[in-house]
Amino acid sequence: MCQNSGLAEISRARQEWEEEVGKLPARQQKFMTVSSVPVKALYTPEDIRDLDYMKDLNFPGSYPYTRGVQKNMYRGRLWTMRQFSGFATAKESNERYRYLLSQGQTGLSVAFDMPTIMGYDSDHPRAFGEVGRVGVAIDSLDDMETLFSQIPLDKITTSMTINAPAAVLWCLYIATAEKQGVPPHKLGGTIQNDILKEYIAQKSWIFPPEPSLRLITDIFAFAAQHVPKWNTVSISGYHIREAGSTAVQELAFTLADGFAYVEAGIAAGLDVDTFAPRLSFFFNSHMDFFEEIAKYRAARRIWARRMKEKYGAKDERSLLMRFHTQTAGCSLTAQQPENNIIRTAYEALAAVLGGTQSLHTNSMDEVLALPTEKAVRIALRTQQIIAEETGVANTIDPLAGSYFVEALTNQMEEECEKYFERIEAFGGVLPAIDAGFFQQEIADAAYRYQQEIEKKERIIVGVNEYVTDEELGIELLKIDPRIEEEQKARVRKVRETRDNIVCANRLEALRQAASGPDNLIPLILDAVRAYATEGEIIQVFRDVFGTYKEKPIF
Amino acid sequence: MADQRIVDGVLSGDRRMMARAISMIENEDKDKHRILSALFPHTGKAYVIGITGAPGAGKSSLVDRLLSILRSRGLTVGVIAVDPTSPFTGGAILGDRIRMQEHALDKDVFIRSMGTRGSLGGLSRATKDAIQVLDASGKDVVVVETVGVGQSEVDIIKYADTTLVVLTPAGGDSVQTIKAGIMEIADVFVVNKADLPGADRTVAEINIMLDLGGATRPWRPPIVRTVTIDGSGTDEMYAAILRHSEYLKESGNLERLRKERTRRDVVDLIEYRIKSTVWEQVHGSPEFDDVVARIVSRETDPYSAALQILRQVNLDRCKE
Amino acid sequence: MGERKIRVLVAKPGLDGHDRGAKVVARALRDAGMEVVYTGLHQTPEQVVEAAIQEDVDIIGLSILSGAHMTIFPRICELLKENSAGDIMVIGGGIIPEEDIRELISNGNASAIFTPGTATSEIVDWIREAMREKVSHKEGVS
Repeated sequence: MCQNSGLAEISRARQEWEEEVGKLPARQQKFMTVSSVPVKALYTPEDIRDLDYMKDLNFPGSYPYTRGVQKNMYRGRLWTMRQFSGFATAKESNERYRYLLSQGQTGLSVAFDMPTIMGYDSDHPRAFGEVGRVGVAIDSLDDMETLFSQIPLDKITTSMTINAPAAVLWCLYIATAEKQGVPPHKLGGTIQNDILKEYIAQKSWIFPPEPSLRLITDIFAFAAQHVPKWNTVSISGYHIREAGSTAVQELAFTLADGFAYVEAGIAAGLDVDTFAPRLSFFFNSHMDFFEEIAKYRAARRIWARRMKEKYGAKDERSLLMRFHTQTAGCSLTAQQPENNIIRTAYEALAAVLGGTQSLHTNSMDEVLALPTEKAVRIALRTQQIIAEETGVANTIDPLAGSYFVEALTNQMEEECEKYFERIEAFGGVLPAIDAGFFQQEIADAAYRYQQEIEKKERIIVGVNEYVTDEELGIELLKIDPRIEEEQKARVRKVRETRDNIVCANRLEALRQAASGPDNLIPLILDAVRAYATEGEIIQVFRDVFGTYKEKPIF
Repeated sequence: MADQRIVDGVLSGDRRMMARAISMIENEDKDKHRILSALFPHTGKAYVIGITGAPGAGKSSLVDRLLSILRSRGLTVGVIAVDPTSPFTGGAILGDRIRMQEHALDKDVFIRSMGTRGSLGGLSRATKDAIQVLDASGKDVVVVETVGVGQSEVDIIKYADTTLVVLTPAGGDSVQTIKAGIMEIADVFVVNKADLPGADRTVAEINIMLDLGGATRPWRPPIVRTVTIDGSGTDEMYAAILRHSEYLKESGNLERLRKERTRRDVVDLIEYRIKSTVWEQVHGSPEFDDVVARIVSRETDPYSAALQILRQVNLDRCKE
Repeated sequence: MGERKIRVLVAKPGLDGHDRGAKVVARALRDAGMEVVYTGLHQTPEQVVEAAIQEDVDIIGLSILSGAHMTIFPRICELLKENSAGDIMVIGGGIIPEEDIRELISNGNASAIFTPGTATSEIVDWIREAMREKVSHKEGVS
């Protein structure tokens, strides 16, 4: 890459420099990234001697897209500032959404409560104490209509963080749009719908892997025909990282999941180019600035290369890795929570320099409770400051050509390939999940990280160094426990007022179809239109598909 | 008194007292023998099923399935799930319950996790005694689950009336790598995860081994294929256990087995009493350290030293 | 003779699957020589209490990040008392605001709550100290 002086000369000079540096004191015994990867004191042209600009980097919007998926990136349009939110009931969340849109947010991102995520109605005994706690409670079409009241679904895009019951929530969204008079082909947005990472890390599974994958390929097929602008799966490394993985593990496991969906789609008889353009990704942005940037750059390159070379994708859109980023929740500290604003800002900056398509910045108080309106506003302002004031969005992929960043990008790719080989040795992602491979790798990394902190090999400001005893000075959001009772009453009222014969018939039709090969989406849509509740539909699937049990891995 | 409360509690199926009694056994509590003596007349009714196999073979899932089958037939069940204790820290993570938690609220199921610990009485002793507690509490069946590595696990399984050895086609735990001692104790072979490729080969390998080893054996262990995700084959597994228990009863082997086991128990108990009495008086004493030092420096020899020590030990104590 | 091992039940009540903290703590307690019974995810208070009784644990450690702590802790303590197992101590960790911690502890629904950032060694020390107190208290009575 560097032609003005020869590599031999650089090598000689480097050795001399190293000798001298070796004599100087160092403030730490070892220097490593947040993922415990050793970092050298200096990177030189030697570290990227094999880098071929056209082959490995090329121009933004050109294969292998290392420098970005669009030709003009943020000079054309800034990333989408998409703050994940939702709490309590549909009515309260709807008010928060309309506030965020009025503050300049450009897309919605819905957080559901745990009963919704696990497929239980709010009045199910398992939902006790959890209704509306960490997100909004959605039981039926009635709640979904309230959630998007006065929000035109043809004008905004919506991302829904929902996995095991994704098909049901997606159908509720489509049915809500129908009621607004918006046809499915005008809808844009994302459902997370990434069940593989649930078994690996996030653990909000319901059914065993095989029927779960069948629901996903049904969504692929239905979307390709009827909801072409919808991102049918957001293949997520975020939760893998939050569970304690390293950056490389996040990257490798997420990509492996992505390829597993591609293989599932192909196995279901779909042409790769009919569904691959709608696959999107979701990454974490942790504290190690350069490691994160290298991760995003490597991600784009690996995805493009494999999609083209291994899966024979021809449509350019199948090669593009578009991703959403969220700053790392696990990097936030309960101690001195205002410091989290600063952490989040650096993480957000890394995501932008890594070329993200959309971004969520965490609020400083999320490690303590659901965020307050003030904390959410600061988080959004953090992104606006990066976009408008820092100048980093003026030029594309500004860190390309850095010896360090390019070497780290290459290293990420190599380490990823090693993980792919190990996964392949198990026979693929599903057998590797069954063997507990991913789970064990993550558990080990999480434990190592914790040990490093306790031994002070890793300093976390305010936690194991620079500690103060000051009282928590920030205000926290409280969820009124009466909300649970209100929501229970709402879902009971829906069951009383709907046409129960029509509803029961549609659930029965769904039950019949679930044990056969037909696409289930049209039947789920029919059921939600008849106000069948989420819990009722999921129960049908539980009966037919069975439920999954976790592996004991520590 | 406290002992009587525990005995009465166990006999009436009080879960707190059963749990307490098992803890006393695990902790080598001084009162444990009195409790076990009092419970003994009420034991001998439970049928004991042992399940062993390599880590990750799916033993806990099979126990979970077996629990459902046994419960659907109205049988009450006790489970003892043994996991290894870390030899370095003495701690253990006991995670077998995870697979069985659906049965946690069933009052006719009692599940207890035990670490291998490596206590003086030996793991098999503690397991055996825990089986007695569950038996005395009125459980119809006791299932003992343990990882099939090492001699102490094999010893535990010797207390089972029917032993299941679980193998899987995947993961390299093919028949050859399973310890010979474990293959020999199988009354039923279970090839779990039988939907994976290689299941046929595993079955064939077991058959070859059976042909080589046990041509004269009156009971040829059947091989059943199971898939725990959908439960297929688990009814056949249960049928094989029943057939084996019928065989034991009809052939008179059950009685023989239990008599042999009793004989061994008594011998074990005598040994255990002597050993612990000696140990209590010798271990950590400065005199003993001194003797060891003298052996090392060749001033005396271990044979004479052992005799010398035995003469000094008060063996009356083990008769208390 | 024989040693009295500390037995701890680590449970994840509620519907969320965030078990990173629970697993790191379980591992640290094991490395400190304790026996940790892990019951897995998505446990109801009834399941947690029943497992604690059958396993005869000294302490129940609950990891709660779903925001349901103000309902789950009291429910578990209530069930323990109903089953005359009120002597089993309940501790917890997770995303639990200071105000709620104070309330849970003053109402006797938790003996200690550790928030994110707590060193596992601190939890180990707390448990050891609590067990020493419990044992010496027992001996004092009998």
